Amino acid sequence: MSNFKMHMLVCGGTGCISAESELIVSNLQSELEAVGMGDQVQVLKTGCFGFCEKGPVVKVLPDNTFYVEVKPADAAELVKEHIVKGRKVERLLYMDPDKKERVADSKNMDFYKKQMRIALRNCGFIDPDKVEEYIARDGYHALGMAVTSMTPQEVINVIKESGLRGRGGGGFPTGLKWEFASKYDADQKYVVCNADEGDPGAFMDRSILEGDPHSIIEAMAICGYAIGASKGQVYIRAEYPLAIKRLEKGIQDAREAGLLGENIMGTDFSFDIELSFGAGAFVCGEETALIHSMEGERGEPTTKPPFPAESGYWGKPTNVNNVETLANIPIILLKGSAWFAGIGTEKSKGTKVFALAGKINNVGLIEVPMGTTLREVIYDIGGGIKNGKKFKAVQTGGPSGGCLTEKDLDTPIDFDNLIAKGSMMGSGGMIVMDEDDCMPAVAKFYLEFTEEESCGKCTPCRIGTKRLSELLEMVTEGKAEVKHLDEMKRLSRVIKDTALCGLGQTAPNPVLSTLDAFYDEYLAHVQDKKCPAGQCTHLMTYTIDPEACVGCTACRRVCPVEAITGEVKKPHVIDQDKCIKCGACYDKCKFNAISVN
Amino acid sequence: MAAIIQQKEEKFKELEQYIDSLPDTKGELIRVLHKAQGIFGFLPEEVQRFIAKKMKVSTAKVFGVVSFYSFFTMEPKGEVDISICLGTACYVRGAEKILTELKKETGAEVGKTTPNGKFSITGLRCIGACGLAPVFTIGEKVYGRVTPEQVKDIIAQYK
Repeated sequence: MSNFKMHMLVCGGTGCISAESELIVSNLQSELEAVGMGDQVQVLKTGCFGFCEKGPVVKVLPDNTFYVEVKPADAAELVKEHIVKGRKVERLLYMDPDKKERVADSKNMDFYKKQMRIALRNCGFIDPDKVEEYIARDGYHALGMAVTSMTPQEVINVIKESGLRGRGGGGFPTGLKWEFASKYDADQKYVVCNADEGDPGAFMDRSILEGDPHSIIEAMAICGYAIGASKGQVYIRAEYPLAIKRLEKGIQDAREAGLLGENIMGTDFSFDIELSFGAGAFVCGEETALIHSMEGERGEPTTKPPFPAESGYWGKPTNVNNVETLANIPIILLKGSAWFAGIGTEKSKGTKVFALAGKINNVGLIEVPMGTTLREVIYDIGGGIKNGKKFKAVQTGGPSGGCLTEKDLDTPIDFDNLIAKGSMMGSGGMIVMDEDDCMPAVAKFYLEFTEEESCGKCTPCRIGTKRLSELLEMVTEGKAEVKHLDEMKRLSRVIKDTALCGLGQTAPNPVLSTLDAFYDEYLAHVQDKKCPAGQCTHLMTYTIDPEACVGCTACRRVCPVEAITGEVKKPHVIDQDKCIKCGACYDKCKFNAISVN
Repeated sequence: MAAIIQQKEEKFKELEQYIDSLPDTKGELIRVLHKAQGIFGFLPEEVQRFIAKKMKVSTAKVFGVVSFYSFFTMEPKGEVDISICLGTACYVRGAEKILTELKKETGAEVGKTTPNGKFSITGLRCIGACGLAPVFTIGEKVYGRVTPEQVKDIIAQYK
């Protein structure tokens, strides 16, 4: 073992790398060398810490000091003060917004207090490029246990009893899925890891792959053993270069260590993994579409049955699991099904990772036990709404999900509760919206997405999403009438009932849930031709308050169509006939003299 | 001119060697297209025909796959390619206004390149940097928490 007395962990997730965390690593290393402590303090680039809002993050062990918003130029001070003199650098510690005091230990931060990290257990803790570090955290122990002392059926039973359900959106019991695949006899079976994360606003799979690739490799091998497959495929988005790099390195290292390949751990079980690359199609998250894409075809879904467990990749029995689902597998085997089943709610066990984003103070990746309420997630962990604005809605489940409102905040989050409320778990995107967000416009945003991503195979989805998005456009432009709202509802139900796959069947959810919870807002658009949130540009009128206007001419100069007139130091006026409602004057005015109605 | 033709021939040769190196071309169309786009930067009709012939499938099938996936493009990217995240987190934090400014400053449209080949804009679904929303990238450089006012100055550096 090394002689390192201290460790400096630098977040190497995509968000932090975008903010130059790699330069922080090299600066810290050279500063340590400069003070002659290069052999006593180890600088590690780890996976995502989750606290993306305040990235880049640097954590110092063993004293667990958590530095936020670190810049490459701060490296010298961190080394000279913290490492050499043992004094914490106060200005880089997290500032608790309520208590107005600095918090040094991440354990005492509200963001982490209510979290429980199972799937993300190693993210931000180990160097993802080193298999030894994964092994030091009991890595590959579960695989060893499975192949040497358990029968495949025993492995399946543990997963079944744990109550683990698919984290990719469907929520299907994982153990049951494995059992189906194990029952079919074939000369070749496949384990597929679905890493084609396509939900806009969700990035947990990417963070797990970047931060803890070996947990996925180990889990796939365990699944291979359980269902009798010798080949694994990871279907991953080509847009995730860092995750691909880490996974390729991980697979290579595992092979060299005898943890993948022929006769794993001296047994007669052989298993190996290859990567295949997606090319950007949301529908490929659906397992039959994914399999067609892996075969080099258009990623169009087919009707089930036959399920992939019977006839999947090249017509062979195939088990498809999502990344987060797999990340839970090794630890369930290690700690036992009773431990896992003891966490969560009656029908949803364990934890769920959410990508918390939007108008919230603490954007980031969080993991909480099932059954945590939305209020706890948004206010305790998320730190509430940005800029002191009022909470309006939270969108869960991505383009397939729905919007939940104030009245749903105390709902314990689990698969069934979210569906009962008209939304869904989905892959775990959680987008918070405030009073400035217009719900018909948000619904339109999602419908434009599904319209674009519809593969075109079945008519309800191909034409239906197009019509729905046209109707929403009419609403946001003030061209719709009340009857169009009824038409939207009817069309939504038809699409839900008749579309071929999950993409189409869930596509109307954003429309139905917003129509249900924000009907008044829709009515304001169609009857009064007003957008209460002030987002729909076609429905706005910009006016200048002559009392507040000081005549600085800033708005006149910024107006692209010369609709504003007025002399210097005299109130200006907007010509409504010329105004294109671009909002440039509103953004420019420093005196709050321009109002939007 | 001769140099350009030669360059092109070399690219086709590289692609041909890659296809020949595959033990079996069955099921490998997407892999080959990724490689081809890496070599040529985009997938014009000529390249698609070449792949179809080499892999013994119809050009229609190749086109069917190319047009299905958003990652594949039949138009060359601009010298300066701007990738803007259009995911939900960026949307609620004002990505649309940033996009409007980018279009205005560059003259390009999403998925299109300016006639002089200088700028192109690519819309991405989510780059997983929601903490930096709204965000766009130019090459390796990431511009996070951008305001519409900053766009003009950023683009000016690339003009």
